[in-house]
Amino acid sequence: MLRLIGRRLLFMVPTLILASMLIFALAEVLPGNVGRSILGIYAPQQAVDNLNHQLGADRPLVVRWGTWAGHFVEGNWGISPVQKVPVRPTVLKALGYSVVLAGFALVVIVPIAILLGVFAGLRRDSVLDRGITISTLSMTVIPEFVSGVVLLWVFAVWLKWLPVTALPPDGSPFYERFYYLILPAIPLMFLELGYIARMARVGTVQVLAMPYIRTAVLKGLPRRRVIFGHVLRNAMVPTVTVIGSQVGWLIGGLVVVETLFAYPGIGQLMVRSAQQHDIPMLEASVLMVAVLYMVANLIADIVVALLNPRIRMGG
Amino acid sequence: MSAVERPANAPEAAPAALDVRDLEVTFHRRGRDLPVLKGVTLRIEQGEAYGLVGESGCGKTTLAMAALRYLAANGTVDAGQVLVGGQDVSKLSEDAVRKWRGEQIAMVYQDPATALSPAMRIGDQVAEVFRYHEGMNKAEALERARESLRRVALPDPDSTLRRYPFELSGGQQQRVVIAMALAVNPHLLVLDEPTTGLDATVEAEILDLIEELRGRINAAILLITHNLGLVRRLCERVGVLYAGRVVEEGPARDIFTDPRHPYTMGLMRCVPRFGMNKTDAALQTIPGTLPALGEPLEGCVYSARCPMVKPVCVRREPDLFAWPGSSGAEGRAAAEAAPADPAAYSPHHANPVGEGPRHARCYFSAEVADMPHATPVLASSLEERGADAGDVLEIGNMSRTFKDGRKRLTAVNEVSLSLRRGETFGLVGESGSGKTTLAKCVTGLIAPDTGTVTFEGKQLKATAGRRSQDALRAIQMVFQNPDSTLNPAWSTRAILTRAVRKLGSGGSVRAKVDKLSADVRVEPRFLMQRPTDLSGGQKQRIAIARAFAGDPTLVVCDEPASALDVSVQASILNLLVELQTKEQVSYVFISHDLAVVRYISDRIGVMYLAELIEVGSAEEVFNPPHHPYTEALLSSIPTLNFDEKRTRIALRGTMPSLSDPPTGCRFHTRCHRILGDICVNQEPPVQEAVSGHTYQCHIPPDELLRLQTAAPAEQPVTSSEA
Repeated sequence: MLRLIGRRLLFMVPTLILASMLIFALAEVLPGNVGRSILGIYAPQQAVDNLNHQLGADRPLVVRWGTWAGHFVEGNWGISPVQKVPVRPTVLKALGYSVVLAGFALVVIVPIAILLGVFAGLRRDSVLDRGITISTLSMTVIPEFVSGVVLLWVFAVWLKWLPVTALPPDGSPFYERFYYLILPAIPLMFLELGYIARMARVGTVQVLAMPYIRTAVLKGLPRRRVIFGHVLRNAMVPTVTVIGSQVGWLIGGLVVVETLFAYPGIGQLMVRSAQQHDIPMLEASVLMVAVLYMVANLIADIVVALLNPRIRMGG
Repeated sequence: MSAVERPANAPEAAPAALDVRDLEVTFHRRGRDLPVLKGVTLRIEQGEAYGLVGESGCGKTTLAMAALRYLAANGTVDAGQVLVGGQDVSKLSEDAVRKWRGEQIAMVYQDPATALSPAMRIGDQVAEVFRYHEGMNKAEALERARESLRRVALPDPDSTLRRYPFELSGGQQQRVVIAMALAVNPHLLVLDEPTTGLDATVEAEILDLIEELRGRINAAILLITHNLGLVRRLCERVGVLYAGRVVEEGPARDIFTDPRHPYTMGLMRCVPRFGMNKTDAALQTIPGTLPALGEPLEGCVYSARCPMVKPVCVRREPDLFAWPGSSGAEGRAAAEAAPADPAAYSPHHANPVGEGPRHARCYFSAEVADMPHATPVLASSLEERGADAGDVLEIGNMSRTFKDGRKRLTAVNEVSLSLRRGETFGLVGESGSGKTTLAKCVTGLIAPDTGTVTFEGKQLKATAGRRSQDALRAIQMVFQNPDSTLNPAWSTRAILTRAVRKLGSGGSVRAKVDKLSADVRVEPRFLMQRPTDLSGGQKQRIAIARAFAGDPTLVVCDEPASALDVSVQASILNLLVELQTKEQVSYVFISHDLAVVRYISDRIGVMYLAELIEVGSAEEVFNPPHHPYTEALLSSIPTLNFDEKRTRIALRGTMPSLSDPPTGCRFHTRCHRILGDICVNQEPPVQEAVSGHTYQCHIPPDELLRLQTAAPAEQPVTSSEA
């Protein structure tokens, strides 16, 4: 088990290096010029060139990547040339916000989705199954900007049950935060519900068809024991993998929801940095999302290994 | 009602272990009603072992599932009763069913690997039975589980308790399943193909175990299998099921020595008898296929495939007449006198007519012994197949090692062999002995680490990708499972067309495809269909046609008929023999079924732990003097011959790991003829029994011959077969 984790961690190193190279290369080929976007369109070309030289933007790509990656590892993420603020605290703070939002949504929705999916799977082709499948699927197909706007209007503007913004005023107690998060988290839950429930249903249906479930039933075990002892553990494997792969997306891909609820998360930060040509900020935030994505997948793999002795002991 | 027909002396006081009366089970699929069991009546007395045979799709497993009240959701019991120990199964409440399963009736399954819960320790799985049936706490239940494992002779029960299913071998897994089934002493044990998929020696061990347990437990047995040898070894009575009908029933010995239904006769004729070879006799096949579920049948359910069918057979369905006796002839006279009514259904159809221990559903039981043989396809002699033209294939000193983590598994170790034109080289050995790896090295699917493959005088490149187009065309492969080797998205014509384009030698592609399908006897209409719409036998025929698309010189067949029913297996083997006679192709034929290998092969090689330990003509390898391992393998096959008194040689222990093979002779850890230190320390020499028949052993041929033809009592490690 430890060897499995160690190997996966080791495996993350080349993945991260490759990801950082890709991110760096892509950010560098974004249209526009660093010096020009800082100095504005009326600055003389000479000044732009000088600034580019000062910033090192005229050196070869590989050299610049090396310098950047080295600094990054040392913890020196640079200063945003556009916002004139240090990159590291800005990115980590935004990332923190996003993790809280995504984490909140997942903690609420994963148990519900699994429960619904397993129920649907256990009563395959019944009215309950159809009902769960159709309703969760229809929630998933509503785009987050539609559900977000509707929810915002109904609960915040019309009924005034929940706040319009996603951030509590400064100085409010910690738990206040979750009250403010309810509204922005719901569109995310909608998106994830159908997906996770579907995987849980498919996993359950597949496991129920396995011969070892027949063995368990014909051993004369009570139904509850069959489900909890034999079905669930094996049925959860695909679901866990899917949840792991959803985490990265939930953290980095929430631009719309964050914008709608004025939530200063990493999605917003990435979009703004791209628009403003704030390369250090963009690179750092994308890389951090990649790191989180990998960590989430690692955790999912560990959970899968815990569920499956074959993987655990083969590791 | 059915009690009326029973012999008067039947003990009414003791209820039968299983009493099935007029059982009708129907599956409902896409709005259609598909009858699977059509009035089945059978009775298993307490402590009796009953074998239910028939090809897949006859309804054997459905009957077992009905007995366990575990039919699929779309299956219904329309009529009849199932009584287990006198208790009507349908009248049990949900709670009672739960207690009843396990305590009254238990089951052992075909594939032990999937029958055990993969993420639960063995101990917990066995202990579960005690916890929920006897209300024990975890510690007590584990203690009882340990006892159960000891009862099925699992080595080291303590460590087995802590293991997961994947850490056990197939034989050990099946022992665990048996231990679990017997945990709380059920009265009826259902064995559904309990040894299919296990190696011959493991199969023999499991059979020994079941036989031995029968002496100690009081459970009746319902054995479901297509393997007649298994039934003959374990069962007192046999029922033959065809298309949902019992067509013959009686004492095992009578049925197997003197079958009285054409289907039973057909089944027995299509299994190669032990010692039979393709040049002596052709395998009989059963023409046609099992009727599809729901297909309307006229008169006798078997009439469409019966070689002795007469008009009266389709006029009215025969009853289950007593044999010997006059009721069959009387029934026929009555059927001829009555108005024709092929669909007539009388209550007699379920229940035996007339007294006596055996019954057959046939008007012409008296004539079954002389049932005409289907047109035999005898193989031509080896010389006629062009064997004089010299060697086609030569493998020189081939080795191949795989890495598994830090371990190095040598799957093929310094194997050399040669193959002549038109010859069939049979490769036998237990799973994991390296047969398939060797085959893959020949076809270039994997590259050997060392050694050469010489084909028609030229040395081939190691991998298929680097071989010439001509070499690729000339060496083809047929795999065990046609389901996974034919592209399910393509029509069979498209599959064959592509093969002809890739491998063919020009000319009209369409004409070649038509010829290929005619050669493998697949009707043209099936060419339009996709593999999923074809039967297993048809799929394998298409796979064979594909291999023959480029007129190959050598075809490697890896268990080509093992997944098929016996009658289909016979027709596939006949097809291979026929193609060989016609095309002078050579085969490397891999199978774990020794009778099949003996039948189809000219020469045979025996592999044990990556080494080829014996090579010789089929006849010589299968007769003494031969390698002690070959001797043990042969002794483990269940046969149909009641008079043959054989001694089964039980191999000690389990197969050693390929990563750490034993020193000296690799077989010494399990050998029943071990001489002593010489076997442990010295690699055995290659001994020549007769010219062309060699084996690796320290015992010289004449000594080995003396030992192996001596009285069984002298053998050191044996268990006699009842």
